[in-house]
Amino acid sequence: MDFASFLQQLGQQLINGISLGSIYALIALGYTMIYGIIRLINFAHGDIYMLGAYFGYFATAILKMSFIPSLIIAMVLAAITGMVIERAAYRPLRSAPRIAVLITAIGVSLFLEYGSMLLVTPQPRTFPAVFPAEIYNVGGLVLNSQQIVILAVSLILMLVLNYVVHYTKSGKAMRAVSYDTDAAKLMGIDVDKVISFTFAVGSALAAAAGVLVGIYYNSIDPLMGIMPGLKAFVAAVLGGIGIIPGAMLGGVLMGVIEALVSGFFSSTFRDAAAFGILILILLFRPSGLLGKNVREKV
Amino acid sequence: MTRKWKSLIGIMLIGIMIAVVTAGCGGTKPQAKEILIGGNFEMTGGIANFGQSTANGVKLAFKEINSKGGIQGKQLKLVVADNKSEPSEAANAITKLITQDKVVAVLGPVASSNVLATVQIGKDNKTPILTATATNPKVTVGDDGKVREYVFRACFIDPFQGTVMANFAAKSLKAKTAAVYVDNSSDYSKGLAEIFEASFIKNGGKIVATEAFLQKDQDFKAALTKMKATNPDVIFIPAYYQEVGLIVKQARELGMNMPLLGTDGWDSPKLVEIAGAASLNNGFFSNHYSPEDKDPRIQKFVADYKKEYNQVPDALAALGYDAGLMIIDALKRANSTEPAKIKEALANTKNLQVVTGILTLDSKHNPVKSAAVIEMKNGKQLFKEKVNP
Repeated sequence: MDFASFLQQLGQQLINGISLGSIYALIALGYTMIYGIIRLINFAHGDIYMLGAYFGYFATAILKMSFIPSLIIAMVLAAITGMVIERAAYRPLRSAPRIAVLITAIGVSLFLEYGSMLLVTPQPRTFPAVFPAEIYNVGGLVLNSQQIVILAVSLILMLVLNYVVHYTKSGKAMRAVSYDTDAAKLMGIDVDKVISFTFAVGSALAAAAGVLVGIYYNSIDPLMGIMPGLKAFVAAVLGGIGIIPGAMLGGVLMGVIEALVSGFFSSTFRDAAAFGILILILLFRPSGLLGKNVREKV
Repeated sequence: MTRKWKSLIGIMLIGIMIAVVTAGCGGTKPQAKEILIGGNFEMTGGIANFGQSTANGVKLAFKEINSKGGIQGKQLKLVVADNKSEPSEAANAITKLITQDKVVAVLGPVASSNVLATVQIGKDNKTPILTATATNPKVTVGDDGKVREYVFRACFIDPFQGTVMANFAAKSLKAKTAAVYVDNSSDYSKGLAEIFEASFIKNGGKIVATEAFLQKDQDFKAALTKMKATNPDVIFIPAYYQEVGLIVKQARELGMNMPLLGTDGWDSPKLVEIAGAASLNNGFFSNHYSPEDKDPRIQKFVADYKKEYNQVPDALAALGYDAGLMIIDALKRANSTEPAKIKEALANTKNLQVVTGILTLDSKHNPVKSAAVIEMKNGKQLFKEKVNP
């Protein structure tokens, strides 16, 4: 491989990696927010992403809506689903040991996967073309207009989220609950409401990722959330679980690492690399790239 | 008093019911003028459309022979039992067919895993099983490497397709280099990839890249970009339509316009929906047969099937019909309805003209027959050529 073609391949793999990584980042944001607030790894999060893709599918294919309205509808419906799940499955276990809640999360995940398989059949469905995929060829690098849309929507949603968390009252309440739940309660913050709000926001972001993936890859099915869910979890840990900018960084890094590993080593090592990162991070920097080393209170 | 009466009436009712049921069973007992063949098919459940197509094919073959006077004056009758697309139900269905209905041979099931659930029962009851469609090599050869005496099939096995596509790439497409993209989570895919590589090299070609993905993957661009850099003449993707659709779409987006090759896992309308009709142009895959084939035998079958069921027969219907022809041929040559003699006759099937080709069973009970290569053109499946083994 000569140098010019190496550079070209590297450029193409970076494009591939960043577009894949922005999806991981969107899902990882939800993981990280929920963990930050109630110290729960919500394993059902990948399935909310799947539900979001189906909501988007029904909005575009059956109600014949265009891209933006169906994205909003999917986000709203997923937010409601997230709140319902929190109310029904996690709130009754608020004072239970953490392991019980974790197992419940896995139960909810299986329920969503196989429940929707029952409802919508395991057959994959294809999204109608809501906006055309234009292909740009810049100096041998191939770029798809949908990749740009994915990146743009991800960035906008992350900025909105950042604004909500740092500059609004609910955001302030969220940060307070995350910092010290009991103190927040004493200050008159309705903790249940804040947690419910967090689930709504996290689920809405996952749904946005689901719709974007549905349009980009043009194929959705009830088990599509498992792998991206796990990868996004690794991304959240990589960036530092509980830290919002960490999730964005971790997601994009994960995508790029995967693309480079399959591009320059072997595609068979792709997933091994992804989960190898999880092991290395947990061994050497358990609080993640952006995390501060704080000793957990016991 | 009243209680006693009630229970007495209850017992009488049960007695009547049993009588009715057994009388019903008696109705299907072999009469002198009928030969009963069991049909253990996926009539409901996950792959119900496969099971129904196959059963329709068999019924058509039986109907035709019956209208010509049957076999030695006896009419053939297919007794269908539903296995609900599940291995455990397939075992129940074959037990019912053999012990209650007293069939002389069993056709089906469709899926390899379901057939494997029935092979021991067939052997224990010394009843031959003929599956139309199960392509897994293990169906006719046990784990100990011995041929299963009572199991036969009407379709080619998975490795054969790999050879067909390698020959097609080397001879018809004049390809010198090939890349292989294999589904690492599927035995079907890995087996096909190995055979393809071996026969492509035997044809003087070179494998320039082998990459792998997993079921349910959605992004293939990284591995495709890598393959693109090696500039292969063709890419062989032996996988199922869901992933194949995404791979084809993404390869074309990356500007990879070489022929893409595949196997019968591509045969689904979903493939066109996912990949898009334009992306699939210059795509070829092997299948059991093509309804577009101009062979008069195939065209006659397509016309007859359309007349009977008002739809175009898919590959499963054609294979079901072929299995029907095989059992008819075996019954004629056995000149008996004894399962042991039918088994002998089936094993000796030779040069039998069926819809999907000329069929001879090899020593492993697998047919040696031709495969069809299908070309995708604007979302339609066109018949490209027939490849003989």
